[in-house]
Amino acid sequence: MTGPRSSSRRTPRADGAALTHQDRWLAGPSRTARLQALPGAITRLWSRSLQIRVAATTLVVTGVFVFVIGVLLVNQISNGVLRAKRAVAVAQANAGLESAQSMLGTISAGDVTGIAPVLRQLSTPNEDTSADSGLYYTSIRAADPTLQRLLATQPEVPDTLRSVVVHGATRTQAIQYAEVRKPGTDTTISALVVGEAVTAPAGSFELYYIFPLTSEQETLALVQRTVLFAGLGLMALIAIIAVLVTRQVVRPMRLVAQTAQRISGGDLSQRVVVRNDDELAVLGRSFNEMAVSLQGQIRRLEELSRLQRRFTSDVSHELRTPLTTVRMATELLHSRREEFPPDVRRSAELLRDELDRFELLLGDLLEISRYDAGVAGLELEPVDVRALVATVVASTNHLAVSQGCEVRVHAPGGPVPAEVDPRRIERVLRNLIGNAIDHSEGRPVDVTVRGRAQAVEVLVRDHGVGLRPGEAGLVFNRFWRGDPSRSRLTGGTGLGLAISLEDARLHGGWLQAWGERGRGALFRLTLPVGPDQPLPAEVPALEPDPNDRDRTDGSAEAASEAALPSADGSRAAVAADASAATGVRAVPVGTS
Amino acid sequence: MKPRVLVVDDDAALAEMLGIVLRTEGFDPAFVADGSRAQAAFEEFKPDIVLLDLMLPGMNGLEVCRAIRATSGTPIVMLTAKTDTVDIVLGLEQGADDYVVKPFKPKELIARMRARLRQHEDVPAETLTIGPAEDPVHIDVLAHQVVRGGRPIALTPLEFDLLVALARKPRQVLTRELLLEQVWGYRHAADTRLVNVHVQRLRSKVERDPENPEVVLTVRGVGYRAGAA
Repeated sequence: MTGPRSSSRRTPRADGAALTHQDRWLAGPSRTARLQALPGAITRLWSRSLQIRVAATTLVVTGVFVFVIGVLLVNQISNGVLRAKRAVAVAQANAGLESAQSMLGTISAGDVTGIAPVLRQLSTPNEDTSADSGLYYTSIRAADPTLQRLLATQPEVPDTLRSVVVHGATRTQAIQYAEVRKPGTDTTISALVVGEAVTAPAGSFELYYIFPLTSEQETLALVQRTVLFAGLGLMALIAIIAVLVTRQVVRPMRLVAQTAQRISGGDLSQRVVVRNDDELAVLGRSFNEMAVSLQGQIRRLEELSRLQRRFTSDVSHELRTPLTTVRMATELLHSRREEFPPDVRRSAELLRDELDRFELLLGDLLEISRYDAGVAGLELEPVDVRALVATVVASTNHLAVSQGCEVRVHAPGGPVPAEVDPRRIERVLRNLIGNAIDHSEGRPVDVTVRGRAQAVEVLVRDHGVGLRPGEAGLVFNRFWRGDPSRSRLTGGTGLGLAISLEDARLHGGWLQAWGERGRGALFRLTLPVGPDQPLPAEVPALEPDPNDRDRTDGSAEAASEAALPSADGSRAAVAADASAATGVRAVPVGTS
Repeated sequence: MKPRVLVVDDDAALAEMLGIVLRTEGFDPAFVADGSRAQAAFEEFKPDIVLLDLMLPGMNGLEVCRAIRATSGTPIVMLTAKTDTVDIVLGLEQGADDYVVKPFKPKELIARMRARLRQHEDVPAETLTIGPAEDPVHIDVLAHQVVRGGRPIALTPLEFDLLVALARKPRQVLTRELLLEQVWGYRHAADTRLVNVHVQRLRSKVERDPENPEVVLTVRGVGYRAGAA
């Protein structure tokens, strides 16, 4: 009903309304906004408590029902009471009229003195309340003004009724409910008035019987009160029943919900206490069964994980002990290789070199199996990331020299503090920088360290062969090789980047790769500065700075001055870093 | 005189190979394969250094370590196949001085052993005093004695070296890396937990309250320094 009206009102000034609405929105929460919050609170309560919902619904339905029943009941009763009253009143009026007719019939026309006592007697109220009709008043009107004068003050009768009596057909009874002034007082009372015209030789009269409805009204008021209270009582009762009944249902459900929360919180031994044998007990039992099976599953998984860990540890030990013997024997042979004939000497050299590779591979395999078993742990220490980078750059120097490649570190002047596991991060950096040198093809490698508010970034950029499209996602795969035909210079195991990725993840950090054929590759390690400052959920895309392209030309001038590769392309940040860089080859010295 | 080495390892091939290498390098090795016999062999042979495998039949390597440490300060180097950090830290806490992870190169092992045996050669006569003025710790470097409150404190040679290294540079902060180089003889940065664990062990012997150290103080994020005398 209000829908169309409000929409029709809105349409003509939609623009203006929208504008003011927006202004108000900008100005802050208005009164309407506060008012809108109230239904919100009610809605929240409504949606949160099943008990309130059930009780309210029950109350509304019962209320409507009780109201309708009450109205019908009161109507029925009042109709009945009034019908009975009317029947009695009509009978009484008939009897009265009958006797009035006969009394007036005896008086001849013009006998004023004779008629006076008759009229007086007729107008006397019936005080005999024991009769069926109870108390009633009479009212007589004479058409003749002289006779009318004989009559003392008579109770008033509604004009509408009088006109029916006067102008209606003879011997017609007119009946009306009316508000009549009680004779001798100022109070008006409801009454049933029955009137009829009486024609006698002495003249024509209107005779009215007024039956007060006071006692009937009292009866009806009592009935109404009773129905009202009974209805309210009934509603209260039903509301209480609804609350109690839902409580019986809701309480076990709440209990189950609480238990489920505790279980999800890690306490797998939590169970629901099941009483009785009803549907809720079935729910509780099913829940407990689920919890038992869940606990079993988790125990099995834990057992598997423990076994895996144990296996890793055992394999580690069982393999390493003979390997140590082989290693020592090999070293002994190798140290005396000059004493052997050339073929045996070469064999000793090969044996030692391959043993190195084998050991690296074994170490990496065990490391990655520790990650797979989920038993890798972090040992956090506050460090200066620049120092870690410096250590790694120093340790890879011989490799860089052999490749004729320059490793340039760009780091801010001040420390870049972070709480990390230095052994793991050193390993990641060694992998990234070693890989970069390995693929640099003699072109410089840039290592950039940046401290941000909540994160530390290390970017490793090479300008070598780069990656083919789609390969950036593959480099972290186990045993993935960029170009199988390429000879490996550092003798990597093919697990290095996979382990590095796990190391970064273990810190809650990211390790990302970017590469393009002929433009080189860029790796970015992002680490949170501490374990309590997680990185945002969204990982920003990795793209080198567009200016970066110039440097693939090999122009030394451009290289030393051009912006550093930047993941976010922000020139300002790049410039700040470049100005803070301590020099092309300089390595910041710092201790952790 | 050749330094005596007790090798506690159950792997016969490794023991034999170790024997060859140790003899080549001028050591006098003895072998025991069962952990439960290690203590008896130790007392009989009186080695200058012990090489101890952590996984042993009979008696766990950790228990052997604890048993030897209960009666002697002889250097113990763990031979461990476990890189699980917990195992290494546990071994160090039981009193092992150092560890090498299998598979190690013979040179690496010999270097670690020599670093542990290098001590007590041409030490200058020197006395040092550190700690709180009202209850200082006196160190007689030549006599290898530490006294606090009139009572001598028994330290292992490693703990003694660690304390002397700190006491010689009072008020100066020594990084863990520097201590690893001076006390353990590592050329390159190694496992800094070695320092942490042994500082804890040292504190438990010299401090009045190891929870609130006064003699060996931690400088967070940097290293350790001796408390002023």
